[in-house]
Amino acid sequence: MNSVLPAGARSSILEQRDPGWARDFEAILRAYEQAGGKPDALQTPRVASAVISGNRVLAVNLVAGVNIEAEELENGVRARIVVAPGTKVDYPVHLCFGMIPSEGLQEIISEFDIGEGAEVGFLAHCTFPNAVDLKHVMDARIHVRRGATMRYSEAHYHGSVGGIEVLPTTHAQIDEAGQLESEFSLVHGRVGRLEIQFEVDVAARGTVELVAKAYGSAGDQIRVDEVVRLNGEGARGLTRTRAAVRDRATSEVYTTAEGNAPGAVGHMDCTEIVRGEAMARNVPVVVVRDDRARVTHEAAIGSVSKKELETLMARGLDEDAAVDIIIRGMLA
Amino acid sequence: MGTDVLLEVEDVWLHRPGAEVLRGVNLTVRCGEVHALLGLNGSGKTSLALTLMGAGGYRPERGRILFDGQDITGLSVTERARLGLTLAWQEPARFEGLPTADYLALGMREPSRERIEEALTAVALSPAAYLSRIVNSALSGGERKRIELAAVYAMQPRLAILDEPDSGVDVLCIGDIMALIRRMGSEGTSVLLITHRDEMAGVADTASLICGGAVIDTGTPAEVREYFAQRCRPHGDLLGNQPWGAEAGGTYQRVVAEGVCSE
Repeated sequence: MNSVLPAGARSSILEQRDPGWARDFEAILRAYEQAGGKPDALQTPRVASAVISGNRVLAVNLVAGVNIEAEELENGVRARIVVAPGTKVDYPVHLCFGMIPSEGLQEIISEFDIGEGAEVGFLAHCTFPNAVDLKHVMDARIHVRRGATMRYSEAHYHGSVGGIEVLPTTHAQIDEAGQLESEFSLVHGRVGRLEIQFEVDVAARGTVELVAKAYGSAGDQIRVDEVVRLNGEGARGLTRTRAAVRDRATSEVYTTAEGNAPGAVGHMDCTEIVRGEAMARNVPVVVVRDDRARVTHEAAIGSVSKKELETLMARGLDEDAAVDIIIRGMLA
Repeated sequence: MGTDVLLEVEDVWLHRPGAEVLRGVNLTVRCGEVHALLGLNGSGKTSLALTLMGAGGYRPERGRILFDGQDITGLSVTERARLGLTLAWQEPARFEGLPTADYLALGMREPSRERIEEALTAVALSPAAYLSRIVNSALSGGERKRIELAAVYAMQPRLAILDEPDSGVDVLCIGDIMALIRRMGSEGTSVLLITHRDEMAGVADTASLICGGAVIDTGTPAEVREYFAQRCRPHGDLLGNQPWGAEAGGTYQRVVAEGVCSE
Protein backbone atom coordinates (compact mmCIF):
# COMPACT_ATOMS: atom_id res chain seq x y z
CA MET A 1 0.00 0.00 0.00
CA ASN A 2 1.25 3.50 -0.80
CA SER A 3 2.25 5.54 2.16
CA VAL A 4 -0.33 7.89 3.55
CA LEU A 5 1.02 11.37 3.03
CA PRO A 6 0.87 14.10 5.65
CA ALA A 7 -1.87 16.66 5.26
CA GLY A 8 -1.11 19.27 2.61
CA ALA A 9 1.80 17.35 1.15
CA ARG A 10 2.07 16.46 -2.52
CA SER A 11 3.05 12.97 -3.49
CA SER A 12 6.75 12.87 -4.18
CA ILE A 13 7.13 9.14 -4.60
CA LEU A 14 4.81 9.18 -7.56
CA GLU A 15 6.97 11.59 -9.50
CA GLN A 16 10.02 9.40 -8.99
CA ARG A 17 8.37 6.49 -10.74
CA ASP A 18 9.27 5.06 -14.10
CA PRO A 19 9.78 7.42 -17.02
CA GLY A 20 6.38 6.49 -18.39
CA TRP A 21 4.66 8.20 -15.48
CA ALA A 22 4.56 11.65 -17.07
CA ARG A 23 3.19 10.23 -20.32
CA ASP A 24 0.47 8.25 -18.52
CA PHE A 25 -0.39 11.16 -16.29
CA GLU A 26 -0.74 13.50 -19.26
CA ALA A 27 -2.89 10.96 -21.14
CA ILE A 28 -5.28 10.44 -18.26
CA LEU A 29 -5.55 14.20 -17.71
CA ARG A 30 -6.57 14.65 -21.35
CA ALA A 31 -9.16 11.92 -20.95
CA TYR A 32 -10.30 13.45 -17.67
CA GLU A 33 -10.97 16.70 -19.48
CA GLN A 34 -13.04 14.83 -22.10
CA ALA A 35 -15.17 13.51 -19.26
CA GLY A 36 -15.85 17.05 -18.10
CA GLY A 37 -13.16 17.30 -15.44
CA LYS A 38 -10.86 20.26 -14.90
CA PRO A 39 -7.26 19.00 -14.98
CA ASP A 40 -5.96 22.05 -13.09
CA ALA A 41 -7.90 20.92 -10.03
CA LEU A 42 -5.89 17.70 -9.95
CA GLN A 43 -2.68 19.67 -9.65
CA THR A 44 -3.76 22.23 -7.07
CA PRO A 45 -2.31 21.63 -3.59
CA ARG A 46 -5.39 22.90 -1.77
CA VAL A 47 -7.63 20.31 -3.49
CA ALA A 48 -7.51 16.71 -2.27
CA SER A 49 -7.34 14.35 -5.23
CA ALA A 50 -6.45 10.93 -6.54
CA VAL A 51 -5.61 9.95 -10.11
CA ILE A 52 -5.88 6.28 -11.04
CA SER A 53 -5.20 4.86 -14.49
CA GLY A 54 -5.79 1.15 -14.93
CA ASN A 55 -4.22 -0.39 -11.84
CA ARG A 56 -1.77 2.44 -11.30
CA VAL A 57 -2.09 5.20 -8.75
CA LEU A 58 -0.57 8.10 -10.64
CA ALA A 59 -1.09 10.84 -8.06
CA VAL A 60 -2.59 11.46 -4.66
CA ASN A 61 -2.91 14.82 -2.99
CA LEU A 62 -4.14 15.28 0.54
CA VAL A 63 -5.49 18.20 2.52
CA ALA A 64 -6.07 18.62 6.23
CA GLY A 65 -8.66 16.15 7.48
CA VAL A 66 -8.82 14.08 4.28
CA ASN A 67 -6.83 10.88 4.07
CA ILE A 68 -6.59 8.75 0.93
CA GLU A 69 -4.87 5.39 1.01
CA ALA A 70 -4.53 3.64 -2.32
CA GLU A 71 -3.26 0.15 -2.98
CA GLU A 72 -2.50 -1.20 -6.43
CA LEU A 73 -4.10 -4.58 -7.22
CA GLU A 74 -3.59 -6.92 -10.16
CA ASN A 75 -6.51 -5.44 -12.11
CA GLY A 76 -7.27 -2.24 -10.32
CA VAL A 77 -6.98 -0.29 -7.13
CA ARG A 78 -8.29 -0.48 -3.59
CA ALA A 79 -8.81 2.95 -2.03
CA ARG A 80 -9.82 4.01 1.44
CA ILE A 81 -10.90 7.60 1.89
CA VAL A 82 -11.36 8.90 5.39
CA VAL A 83 -12.64 12.33 6.35
CA ALA A 84 -11.89 13.18 9.96
CA PRO A 85 -14.80 14.00 12.31
CA GLY A 86 -15.87 17.63 12.23
CA THR A 87 -13.85 18.44 9.10
CA LYS A 88 -15.43 20.92 6.67
CA VAL A 89 -13.60 20.35 3.41
CA ASP A 90 -13.47 23.62 1.44
CA TYR A 91 -13.05 22.19 -2.04
CA PRO A 92 -14.54 18.97 -3.39
CA VAL A 93 -12.20 16.02 -3.40
CA HIS A 94 -11.38 15.29 -7.05
CA LEU A 95 -11.16 11.69 -8.15
CA CYS A 96 -10.07 10.59 -11.61
CA PHE A 97 -10.49 6.96 -12.62
CA GLY A 98 -9.87 5.68 -16.10
CA MET A 99 -8.12 3.49 -18.60
CA ILE A 100 -6.42 4.64 -21.74
CA PRO A 101 -6.06 1.20 -23.45
CA SER A 102 -8.93 -0.06 -25.56
CA GLU A 103 -9.20 -3.43 -23.77
CA GLY A 104 -8.89 -4.73 -20.25
CA LEU A 105 -10.39 -4.80 -16.80
CA GLN A 106 -10.34 -2.20 -14.09
CA GLU A 107 -11.67 -2.96 -10.61
CA ILE A 108 -11.97 -0.14 -8.14
CA ILE A 109 -12.71 -1.19 -4.59
CA SER A 110 -13.36 1.82 -2.45
CA GLU A 111 -14.36 2.68 1.05
CA PHE A 112 -15.56 6.10 2.15
CA ASP A 113 -15.68 6.86 5.85
CA ILE A 114 -17.13 10.29 6.57
CA GLY A 115 -16.56 11.15 10.21
CA GLU A 116 -19.16 12.47 12.59
CA GLY A 117 -20.23 16.03 11.72
CA ALA A 118 -17.91 16.27 8.70
CA GLU A 119 -18.93 17.91 5.42
CA VAL A 120 -17.32 16.92 2.16
CA GLY A 121 -18.01 16.83 -1.54
CA PHE A 122 -16.50 14.55 -4.17
CA LEU A 123 -16.21 15.13 -7.91
CA ALA A 124 -15.38 11.88 -9.64
CA HIS A 125 -14.75 11.51 -13.35
CA CYS A 126 -14.42 8.09 -14.94
CA THR A 127 -13.02 8.12 -18.43
CA PHE A 128 -12.48 5.35 -20.96
CA PRO A 129 -12.01 7.30 -24.19
CA ASN A 130 -10.74 4.39 -26.30
CA ALA A 131 -12.90 1.56 -24.95
CA VAL A 132 -13.50 -1.28 -27.41
CA ASP A 133 -13.59 -4.30 -25.11
CA LEU A 134 -13.26 -3.05 -21.59
CA LYS A 135 -14.84 -3.73 -18.21
CA HIS A 136 -14.92 -1.29 -15.31
CA VAL A 137 -16.13 -2.68 -12.00
CA MET A 138 -16.64 -0.49 -8.96
CA ASP A 139 -17.45 -1.79 -5.51
CA ALA A 140 -17.97 0.99 -3.02
CA ARG A 141 -18.80 1.04 0.68
CA ILE A 142 -19.94 4.36 2.09
CA HIS A 143 -20.41 5.18 5.75
CA VAL A 144 -21.79 8.62 6.53
CA ARG A 145 -21.57 8.96 10.27
CA ARG A 146 -23.81 10.87 12.63
CA GLY A 147 -24.55 14.41 11.43
CA ALA A 148 -22.12 14.19 8.53
CA THR A 149 -22.79 15.31 4.97
CA MET A 150 -21.38 13.72 1.81
CA ARG A 151 -22.06 14.92 -1.70
CA TYR A 152 -20.77 12.65 -4.42
CA SER A 153 -20.98 13.43 -8.12
CA GLU A 154 -19.66 11.00 -10.71
CA ALA A 155 -19.51 11.74 -14.45
CA HIS A 156 -18.53 9.15 -17.04
CA TYR A 157 -17.15 9.34 -20.56
CA HIS A 158 -16.88 6.08 -22.50
CA GLY A 159 -15.77 7.16 -25.97
CA SER A 160 -17.70 6.63 -29.20
CA VAL A 161 -17.55 2.85 -29.73
CA GLY A 162 -19.62 1.54 -26.86
CA GLY A 163 -17.45 -1.48 -26.21
CA ILE A 164 -17.51 -1.16 -22.47
CA GLU A 165 -19.24 -2.62 -19.46
CA VAL A 166 -19.54 -0.42 -16.41
CA LEU A 167 -20.76 -2.14 -13.27
CA PRO A 168 -20.81 0.11 -10.19
CA THR A 169 -22.14 -1.36 -6.95
CA THR A 170 -22.56 0.71 -3.82
CA HIS A 171 -23.65 -0.11 -0.28
CA ALA A 172 -24.20 2.93 1.87
CA GLN A 173 -25.01 3.38 5.52
CA ILE A 174 -26.23 6.72 6.77
CA ASP A 175 -26.21 7.22 10.52
CA GLU A 176 -28.52 9.47 12.50
CA ALA A 177 -28.97 12.92 10.88
CA GLY A 178 -26.41 12.09 8.23
CA GLN A 179 -26.88 13.22 4.62
CA LEU A 180 -25.83 11.62 1.38
CA GLU A 181 -26.37 13.09 -2.07
CA SER A 182 -25.12 10.94 -4.91
CA GLU A 183 -25.33 11.76 -8.60
CA PHE A 184 -24.27 9.53 -11.49
CA SER A 185 -24.12 10.97 -14.99
CA LEU A 186 -23.33 9.38 -18.36
CA VAL A 187 -24.67 11.70 -21.02
CA HIS A 188 -21.82 12.12 -23.49
CA GLY A 189 -20.46 9.52 -25.86
CA ARG A 190 -21.68 5.93 -25.85
CA VAL A 191 -22.87 4.06 -22.77
CA GLY A 192 -22.07 0.48 -23.72
CA ARG A 193 -23.52 -1.68 -20.96
CA LEU A 194 -24.20 0.06 -17.68
CA GLU A 195 -25.54 -1.58 -14.54
CA ILE A 196 -25.84 0.58 -11.46
CA GLN A 197 -26.66 -1.08 -8.17
CA PHE A 198 -27.11 1.09 -5.14
CA GLU A 199 -28.40 0.03 -1.72
CA VAL A 200 -28.65 2.41 1.17
CA ASP A 201 -29.83 2.15 4.77
CA VAL A 202 -30.88 5.40 6.43
CA ALA A 203 -31.08 5.89 10.18
CA ALA A 204 -33.23 8.37 12.10
CA ARG A 205 -33.45 11.85 10.56
CA GLY A 206 -30.94 10.84 7.93
CA THR A 207 -31.49 11.81 4.30
CA VAL A 208 -30.44 10.36 0.99
CA GLU A 209 -30.86 11.60 -2.57
CA LEU A 210 -29.82 9.36 -5.44
CA VAL A 211 -29.74 10.82 -8.94
CA ALA A 212 -28.88 8.83 -12.05
CA LYS A 213 -28.78 10.25 -15.60
CA ALA A 214 -27.88 8.38 -18.76
CA TYR A 215 -28.29 8.81 -22.51
CA GLY A 216 -28.08 5.61 -24.54
CA SER A 217 -27.92 5.11 -28.29
CA ALA A 218 -27.29 2.31 -30.82
CA GLY A 219 -27.30 -0.95 -28.83
CA ASP A 220 -26.49 0.55 -25.42
CA GLN A 221 -27.99 -1.07 -22.33
CA ILE A 222 -28.79 0.88 -19.18
CA ARG A 223 -29.99 -0.74 -15.99
CA VAL A 224 -30.44 0.99 -12.66
CA ASP A 225 -31.28 -0.96 -9.49
CA GLU A 226 -31.73 1.13 -6.38
CA VAL A 227 -32.95 0.15 -2.93
CA VAL A 228 -33.54 2.78 -0.28
CA ARG A 229 -34.39 1.54 3.21
CA LEU A 230 -35.67 4.29 5.47
CA ASN A 231 -35.15 2.54 8.77
CA GLY A 232 -35.06 5.35 11.29
CA GLU A 233 -37.71 7.74 12.52
CA GLY A 234 -38.00 10.74 10.20
CA ALA A 235 -35.60 9.30 7.63
CA ARG A 236 -36.06 10.71 4.13
CA GLY A 237 -35.13 9.38 0.74
CA LEU A 238 -35.48 10.49 -2.87
CA THR A 239 -34.46 8.72 -6.04
CA ARG A 240 -34.48 10.66 -9.28
CA THR A 241 -33.72 8.86 -12.53
CA ARG A 242 -33.52 10.50 -15.93
CA ALA A 243 -32.76 8.32 -18.92
CA ALA A 244 -33.08 8.80 -22.65
CA VAL A 245 -32.64 6.03 -25.18
CA ARG A 246 -32.76 6.03 -28.95
CA ASP A 247 -32.02 3.64 -31.82
CA ARG A 248 -32.11 0.14 -30.25
CA ALA A 249 -30.89 1.11 -26.80
CA THR A 250 -32.65 -0.06 -23.65
CA SER A 251 -33.20 1.52 -20.26
CA GLU A 252 -34.53 -0.40 -17.27
CA VAL A 253 -34.99 1.28 -13.94
CA TYR A 254 -35.90 -0.73 -10.85
CA THR A 255 -36.29 1.25 -7.66
CA THR A 256 -37.43 0.12 -4.25
CA ALA A 257 -38.15 2.41 -1.34
CA GLU A 258 -39.02 1.07 2.08
CA GLY A 259 -40.66 3.15 4.79
CA ASN A 260 -39.80 1.18 7.89
CA ALA A 261 -40.18 3.73 10.69
CA PRO A 262 -42.52 6.46 11.92
CA GLY A 263 -42.31 9.65 9.86
CA ALA A 264 -40.14 8.10 7.17
CA VAL A 265 -40.80 9.75 3.80
CA GLY A 266 -39.64 8.37 0.48
CA HIS A 267 -40.25 9.32 -3.12
CA MET A 268 -39.14 7.80 -6.41
CA ASP A 269 -39.21 9.91 -9.56
CA CYS A 270 -38.36 8.43 -12.94
CA THR A 271 -38.54 10.02 -16.39
CA GLU A 272 -37.45 8.13 -19.48
CA ILE A 273 -37.55 9.35 -23.08
CA VAL A 274 -37.75 6.82 -25.87
CA ARG A 275 -36.97 7.38 -29.56
CA GLY A 276 -36.80 5.04 -32.53
CA GLU A 277 -36.81 1.35 -31.65
CA ALA A 278 -35.50 1.89 -28.14
CA MET A 279 -37.18 0.40 -25.06
CA ALA A 280 -37.62 1.82 -21.56
CA ARG A 281 -39.02 0.18 -18.46
CA ASN A 282 -39.59 1.46 -14.94
CA VAL A 283 -40.54 -0.80 -12.06
CA PRO A 284 -41.02 1.01 -8.76
CA VAL A 285 -41.56 -1.05 -5.64
CA VAL A 286 -43.06 0.59 -2.58
CA VAL A 287 -42.78 -1.13 0.80
CA VAL A 288 -44.20 0.38 3.97
CA ARG A 289 -43.83 -1.32 7.35
CA ASP A 290 -45.07 1.49 9.57
CA ASP A 291 -48.44 3.20 9.22
CA ARG A 292 -46.83 6.58 9.91
CA ALA A 293 -44.44 6.27 6.97
CA ARG A 294 -45.21 7.46 3.46
CA VAL A 295 -43.61 6.40 0.19
CA THR A 296 -44.67 7.66 -3.25
CA HIS A 297 -43.53 7.30 -6.81
CA GLU A 298 -44.05 8.93 -10.17
CA ALA A 299 -42.90 7.80 -13.57
CA ALA A 300 -43.21 9.10 -17.09
CA ILE A 301 -42.03 7.21 -20.13
CA GLY A 302 -42.56 8.38 -23.67
CA SER A 303 -41.37 10.49 -26.50
CA VAL A 304 -40.37 14.12 -26.17
CA SER A 305 -43.19 16.59 -25.75
CA LYS A 306 -44.66 17.61 -29.10
CA LYS A 307 -45.01 21.21 -27.97
CA GLU A 308 -41.39 21.42 -26.81
CA LEU A 309 -40.25 19.89 -30.08
CA GLU A 310 -42.31 22.19 -32.29
CA THR A 311 -41.35 25.26 -30.28
CA LEU A 312 -37.68 24.60 -30.99
CA MET A 313 -38.42 23.72 -34.62
CA ALA A 314 -40.25 27.05 -34.91
CA ARG A 315 -36.90 28.65 -34.04
CA GLY A 316 -35.36 26.94 -37.06
CA LEU A 317 -33.87 23.80 -35.50
CA ASP A 318 -34.32 20.52 -37.34
CA GLU A 319 -36.07 17.71 -35.48
CA ASP A 320 -32.95 15.80 -34.45
CA ALA A 321 -31.25 18.90 -33.08
CA ALA A 322 -34.41 19.87 -31.20
CA VAL A 323 -34.74 16.39 -29.67
CA ASP A 324 -31.10 16.50 -28.61
CA ILE A 325 -31.55 19.84 -26.86
CA ILE A 326 -34.64 18.61 -25.04
CA ILE A 327 -32.93 15.41 -23.91
CA ARG A 328 -29.71 17.11 -22.86
CA GLY A 329 -31.76 19.66 -20.94
CA MET A 330 -33.55 16.88 -19.10
CA LEU A 331 -30.20 15.27 -18.30
CA ALA A 332 -28.46 18.52 -17.33
CA MET B 1 -45.98 49.79 -43.37
CA GLY B 2 -45.17 48.16 -46.68
CA THR B 3 -47.71 47.16 -49.29
CA ASP B 4 -46.16 43.91 -50.51
CA VAL B 5 -47.99 40.80 -49.46
CA LEU B 6 -45.97 38.54 -47.13
CA LEU B 7 -48.57 35.98 -46.07
CA GLU B 8 -51.56 34.91 -48.08
CA VAL B 9 -54.00 32.33 -46.75
CA GLU B 10 -56.34 31.03 -49.44
CA ASP B 11 -59.50 29.11 -48.60
CA VAL B 12 -57.95 26.99 -45.85
CA TRP B 13 -60.07 24.23 -44.35
CA LEU B 14 -58.99 22.17 -41.36
CA HIS B 15 -60.75 19.23 -39.77
CA ARG B 16 -59.88 18.19 -36.23
CA PRO B 17 -61.40 15.24 -34.39
CA GLY B 18 -65.00 16.11 -33.75
CA ALA B 19 -65.15 19.40 -35.60
CA GLU B 20 -64.41 21.38 -38.73
CA VAL B 21 -62.36 24.13 -37.06
CA LEU B 22 -61.32 26.18 -40.09
CA ARG B 23 -63.88 26.71 -42.82
CA GLY B 24 -62.34 28.46 -45.77
CA VAL B 25 -60.05 31.01 -44.10
CA ASN B 26 -58.81 33.83 -46.31
CA LEU B 27 -56.30 36.28 -44.85
CA THR B 28 -53.56 38.59 -46.10
CA VAL B 29 -50.68 40.02 -44.06
CA ARG B 30 -48.45 42.61 -45.68
CA CYS B 31 -44.75 43.24 -45.15
CA GLY B 32 -44.08 45.27 -42.02
CA GLU B 33 -47.74 45.17 -41.00
CA VAL B 34 -49.11 44.48 -37.54
CA HIS B 35 -52.31 42.60 -38.28
CA ALA B 36 -54.67 41.80 -35.43
CA LEU B 37 -56.87 38.72 -35.64
CA LEU B 38 -59.78 39.11 -33.28
CA GLY B 39 -62.16 36.39 -32.29
CA LEU B 40 -63.97 34.82 -29.38
CA ASN B 41 -62.66 31.77 -27.59
CA GLY B 42 -63.09 28.77 -29.83
CA SER B 43 -63.47 30.77 -33.04
CA GLY B 44 -60.43 29.10 -34.64
CA LYS B 45 -57.64 31.59 -33.84
CA THR B 46 -55.16 29.16 -32.32
CA SER B 47 -56.01 26.46 -34.86
CA LEU B 48 -55.17 28.94 -37.60
CA ALA B 49 -51.88 29.87 -35.86
CA LEU B 50 -50.85 26.22 -35.61
CA THR B 51 -51.90 25.60 -39.21
CA LEU B 52 -49.80 28.52 -40.42
CA MET B 53 -46.81 27.18 -38.45
CA GLY B 54 -47.29 23.64 -39.81
CA ALA B 55 -47.74 21.98 -36.42
CA GLY B 56 -48.45 18.24 -36.36
CA GLY B 57 -52.16 17.49 -36.75
CA TYR B 58 -52.83 20.89 -38.31
CA ARG B 59 -52.36 20.20 -42.02
CA PRO B 60 -55.28 21.67 -43.99
CA GLU B 61 -57.50 19.45 -46.13
CA ARG B 62 -58.05 22.23 -48.59
CA GLY B 63 -56.56 25.56 -49.52
CA ARG B 64 -53.01 26.82 -49.49
CA ILE B 65 -50.70 29.10 -47.58
CA LEU B 66 -48.32 31.37 -49.47
CA PHE B 67 -45.34 32.99 -47.77
CA ASP B 68 -43.59 35.65 -49.81
CA GLY B 69 -45.17 34.08 -52.88
CA GLN B 70 -43.97 30.53 -52.04
CA ASP B 71 -46.49 27.79 -51.32
CA ILE B 72 -45.52 26.56 -47.84
CA THR B 73 -48.62 24.40 -47.23
CA GLY B 74 -46.60 21.18 -47.32
CA LEU B 75 -43.48 22.44 -45.52
CA SER B 76 -42.38 21.33 -42.06
CA VAL B 77 -42.23 23.62 -39.04
CA THR B 78 -38.46 23.88 -39.41
CA GLU B 79 -38.67 24.75 -43.10
CA ARG B 80 -41.21 27.47 -42.41
CA ALA B 81 -39.08 28.86 -39.57
CA ARG B 82 -36.05 28.98 -41.83
CA LEU B 83 -38.05 31.06 -44.30
CA GLY B 84 -38.65 33.54 -41.48
CA LEU B 85 -41.99 32.47 -40.00
CA THR B 86 -42.34 31.74 -36.30
CA LEU B 87 -44.92 31.41 -33.57
CA ALA B 88 -45.15 32.45 -29.94
CA TRP B 89 -47.43 29.79 -28.41
CA GLN B 90 -50.41 30.79 -26.33
CA GLU B 91 -49.19 28.45 -23.59
CA PRO B 92 -45.40 28.33 -23.91
CA ALA B 93 -43.53 25.04 -23.48
CA ARG B 94 -41.27 24.32 -20.51
CA PHE B 95 -37.71 23.21 -21.01
CA GLU B 96 -35.90 21.39 -18.23
CA GLY B 97 -32.25 22.33 -17.97
CA LEU B 98 -32.35 25.03 -20.65
CA PRO B 99 -31.26 28.48 -19.43
CA THR B 100 -33.12 31.51 -20.75
CA ALA B 101 -30.04 32.91 -22.51
CA ASP B 102 -29.53 29.65 -24.43
CA TYR B 103 -33.22 29.46 -25.27
CA LEU B 104 -33.17 32.94 -26.77
CA ALA B 105 -29.94 32.23 -28.66
CA LEU B 106 -31.39 29.12 -30.36
CA GLY B 107 -33.32 31.05 -32.99
CA MET B 108 -30.82 33.84 -33.58
CA ARG B 109 -28.81 33.85 -36.78
CA GLU B 110 -25.88 35.49 -35.00
CA PRO B 111 -26.39 35.11 -31.25
CA SER B 112 -25.03 37.96 -29.20
CA ARG B 113 -25.26 38.81 -25.53
CA GLU B 114 -26.36 42.36 -26.38
CA ARG B 115 -29.29 41.19 -28.48
CA ILE B 116 -30.39 38.68 -25.82
CA GLU B 117 -30.29 41.34 -23.11
CA GLU B 118 -32.11 43.79 -25.36
CA ALA B 119 -34.87 41.24 -25.97
CA LEU B 120 -35.33 40.52 -22.27
CA THR B 121 -35.40 44.20 -21.46
CA ALA B 122 -38.06 44.70 -24.16
CA VAL B 123 -40.41 42.40 -22.24
CA ALA B 124 -39.57 44.11 -18.93
CA LEU B 125 -37.42 41.27 -17.58
CA SER B 126 -34.08 42.09 -15.98
CA PRO B 127 -31.28 40.31 -17.88
CA ALA B 128 -29.25 40.01 -14.68
CA ALA B 129 -32.09 38.14 -13.02
CA TYR B 130 -33.22 35.97 -15.93
CA LEU B 131 -30.30 35.08 -18.22
CA SER B 132 -29.44 31.96 -16.26
CA ARG B 133 -32.96 31.04 -15.13
CA ILE B 134 -34.17 27.72 -16.46
CA VAL B 135 -37.24 27.90 -18.72
CA ASN B 136 -39.17 25.36 -16.65
CA SER B 137 -41.99 25.25 -14.15
CA ALA B 138 -39.99 27.28 -11.64
CA LEU B 139 -41.00 30.29 -13.74
CA SER B 140 -44.55 31.54 -13.59
CA GLY B 141 -46.76 31.30 -16.67
CA GLY B 142 -46.45 35.05 -17.19
CA GLU B 143 -42.65 34.94 -16.99
CA ARG B 144 -42.49 32.11 -19.53
CA LYS B 145 -44.86 34.03 -21.76
CA ARG B 146 -42.59 37.07 -21.72
CA ILE B 147 -39.50 34.93 -22.32
CA GLU B 148 -41.28 33.34 -25.29
CA LEU B 149 -41.98 36.79 -26.72
CA ALA B 150 -38.37 37.81 -26.09
CA ALA B 151 -37.20 34.70 -27.97
CA VAL B 152 -39.36 35.59 -30.95
CA TYR B 153 -38.14 39.19 -30.89
CA ALA B 154 -34.49 38.10 -30.63
CA MET B 155 -34.98 35.85 -33.65
CA GLN B 156 -35.92 38.80 -35.89
CA PRO B 157 -38.32 36.76 -38.03
CA ARG B 158 -40.05 38.10 -41.11
CA LEU B 159 -43.45 37.16 -39.68
CA ALA B 160 -44.18 36.56 -36.00
CA ILE B 161 -47.49 34.95 -35.09
CA LEU B 162 -48.20 35.95 -31.51
CA ASP B 163 -50.99 33.86 -30.00
CA GLU B 164 -52.62 35.79 -27.16
CA PRO B 165 -49.37 37.54 -26.13
CA ASP B 166 -51.08 39.27 -23.23
CA SER B 167 -52.66 36.22 -21.61
CA GLY B 168 -51.19 35.40 -18.22
CA VAL B 169 -49.09 38.56 -18.23
CA ASP B 170 -49.65 40.94 -15.33
CA VAL B 171 -51.48 44.17 -16.06
CA LEU B 172 -48.43 46.34 -15.45
CA CYS B 173 -46.62 44.67 -18.35
CA ILE B 174 -49.37 44.87 -20.95
CA GLY B 175 -48.05 48.26 -22.07
CA ASP B 176 -44.56 46.79 -22.55
CA ILE B 177 -45.98 43.95 -24.64
CA MET B 178 -47.93 46.38 -26.82
CA ALA B 179 -44.81 48.55 -27.23
CA LEU B 180 -42.80 45.48 -28.23
CA ILE B 181 -45.34 44.58 -30.90
CA ARG B 182 -45.14 48.08 -32.36
CA ARG B 183 -41.35 47.93 -32.19
CA MET B 184 -41.30 44.63 -34.08
CA GLY B 185 -43.42 46.19 -36.79
CA SER B 186 -41.20 49.23 -37.05
CA GLU B 187 -38.09 47.04 -37.25
CA GLY B 188 -39.44 45.15 -40.25
CA THR B 189 -41.07 42.13 -38.64
CA SER B 190 -44.66 41.60 -39.70
CA VAL B 191 -46.88 40.52 -36.82
CA LEU B 192 -50.06 38.47 -36.85
CA LEU B 193 -51.45 39.36 -33.44
CA ILE B 194 -54.03 36.88 -32.26
CA THR B 195 -56.24 38.08 -29.46
CA HIS B 196 -59.72 38.00 -28.04
CA ARG B 197 -59.26 41.41 -26.37
CA ASP B 198 -60.24 44.25 -28.65
CA GLU B 199 -57.99 46.68 -26.69
CA MET B 200 -54.92 44.78 -27.90
CA ALA B 201 -55.95 45.41 -31.49
CA GLY B 202 -55.23 49.09 -30.88
CA VAL B 203 -51.56 48.50 -31.74
CA ALA B 204 -52.40 47.03 -35.14
CA ASP B 205 -52.35 48.59 -38.60
CA THR B 206 -55.06 46.25 -39.85
CA ALA B 207 -57.49 43.89 -38.18
CA SER B 208 -59.55 40.89 -39.16
CA LEU B 209 -62.34 39.14 -37.39
CA ILE B 210 -62.56 35.36 -37.24
CA CYS B 211 -65.82 33.66 -36.37
CA GLY B 212 -66.85 30.05 -36.70
CA GLY B 213 -63.58 29.12 -38.39
CA ALA B 214 -63.73 31.79 -41.10
CA VAL B 215 -62.48 35.36 -41.43
CA ILE B 216 -65.65 37.38 -41.79
CA ASP B 217 -64.30 40.92 -41.89
CA THR B 218 -61.06 42.85 -42.45
CA GLY B 219 -60.59 46.56 -42.05
CA THR B 220 -59.09 49.21 -39.85
CA PRO B 221 -58.64 48.20 -36.21
CA ALA B 222 -61.26 50.76 -35.20
CA GLU B 223 -63.86 49.30 -37.54
CA VAL B 224 -63.20 45.72 -36.60
CA ARG B 225 -62.96 46.47 -32.87
CA GLU B 226 -66.27 48.25 -33.05
CA TYR B 227 -67.89 45.31 -34.81
CA PHE B 228 -66.29 42.89 -32.35
CA ALA B 229 -67.34 44.86 -29.28
CA GLN B 230 -70.89 45.42 -30.46
CA ARG B 231 -71.74 42.14 -32.11
CA CYS B 232 -69.33 39.39 -31.00
CA ARG B 233 -68.89 40.00 -27.29
CA PRO B 234 -72.55 39.44 -26.49
CA HIS B 235 -72.27 36.07 -28.19
CA GLY B 236 -69.34 35.27 -25.89
CA ASP B 237 -71.77 35.59 -23.01
CA LEU B 238 -74.19 33.30 -24.81
CA LEU B 239 -71.44 30.79 -25.51
CA GLY B 240 -70.13 30.95 -21.97
CA ASN B 241 -66.59 30.86 -23.44
CA GLN B 242 -66.98 27.21 -24.30
CA PRO B 243 -64.96 25.64 -27.05
CA TRP B 244 -67.22 25.28 -30.02
CA GLY B 245 -67.75 22.11 -31.98
CA ALA B 246 -69.48 18.85 -31.31
CA GLU B 247 -68.33 18.73 -27.69
CA ALA B 248 -69.81 22.18 -27.03
CA GLY B 249 -73.28 21.02 -27.85
CA GLY B 250 -73.41 22.93 -31.08
CA THR B 251 -74.09 26.29 -29.40
CA TYR B 252 -71.60 28.09 -31.59
CA GLN B 253 -72.93 26.52 -34.74
CA ARG B 254 -76.37 27.61 -33.70
CA VAL B 255 -75.18 31.22 -33.34
CA VAL B 256 -73.53 31.09 -36.74
CA ALA B 257 -76.42 29.22 -38.34
CA GLU B 258 -78.88 31.78 -37.04
CA GLY B 259 -76.95 34.33 -39.05
CA VAL B 260 -76.32 36.77 -36.23
CA CYS B 261 -72.66 37.26 -37.20
CA SER B 262 -73.27 37.68 -40.87
CA GLU B 263 -75.97 40.29 -40.61
